[in-house]
Amino acid sequence: MGELLTDEIRAAIGSSESYGPFEVSRREIQKYAVATEQRIAHFLRGDEAPPMFLFGLLRPVLGADQLEADGLAADPLMPKLPLTRTMAGGTRMRYARAVRPGDVVMATRTLTDIFEKEGRTGPLIFVVYELEVQTQDGELIAQETQTRIVR
Amino acid sequence: MPDLHQLQIGDPVGERSYEPGNVSLFLYNAAIWNAHRIHYDEPYTTGVEGHEGVVVDGPLQGDWLTQTVLEWLGDDGELIEFEYSNRRASHIGDRLTTGGCVRAVDRESGEVELELFVRTEAGEITTPGSARVRLT
Repeated sequence: MGELLTDEIRAAIGSSESYGPFEVSRREIQKYAVATEQRIAHFLRGDEAPPMFLFGLLRPVLGADQLEADGLAADPLMPKLPLTRTMAGGTRMRYARAVRPGDVVMATRTLTDIFEKEGRTGPLIFVVYELEVQTQDGELIAQETQTRIVR
Repeated sequence: MPDLHQLQIGDPVGERSYEPGNVSLFLYNAAIWNAHRIHYDEPYTTGVEGHEGVVVDGPLQGDWLTQTVLEWLGDDGELIEFEYSNRRASHIGDRLTTGGCVRAVDRESGEVELELFVRTEAGEITTPGSARVRLT
């Protein structure tokens, strides 16, 4: 165990990235609500954002010349690993308050852990991130723990 | 609106089926600004990445699970915590059903835990999840 992770890789633990501030518009909420086939009226009117709206809000707005061949952006918080196939592990969100039109949202994502496990088909590397989302005034909106599995 | 005093472990939450197609996946990926080709470029998805077909976004299935919770909850409660993980890929043409059941009830705090799923017509769970809500 622990053969894949070098000190150089572990040095990435603690690195972080900030997002925003982004001003949320009613129209952007409505687009998300319609696209996800919501049925709750205040989401469809854009009065309040569905909880997972935050996922889209924090994605980088990049053009084709800034994306990889698969259409994705490189993740600046993913260290160079000896394994390369990345899978979404899972995510856990804690919600403090809803997002509404006019909110100015900011977030910080921190790489909090990298560890190795022996999986059924070989070694797996787990990369764990903590995301904290708040308003520009410092009011907490949500916290998320994301896990990426690399094999 | 669920009644905290009547709730029992195992009580089901409402099921709903979704049949994502090219148009609905386009709208979703446009709304979240996602250009990942496995969600719209079929020759690339099957030929280069070896998937069976155009892949339904994992976070979209996560969103459906929040809808399951919030529609069950109605106006008098709030979602406190939610987790999900995408275990199997699903593809355009799949009919996917969301649902779940009550897993724990704390009548003092009003907190209820739900177990959630997205499953295929064959009964395979693509995305398990869970949520903690507070009834008010």
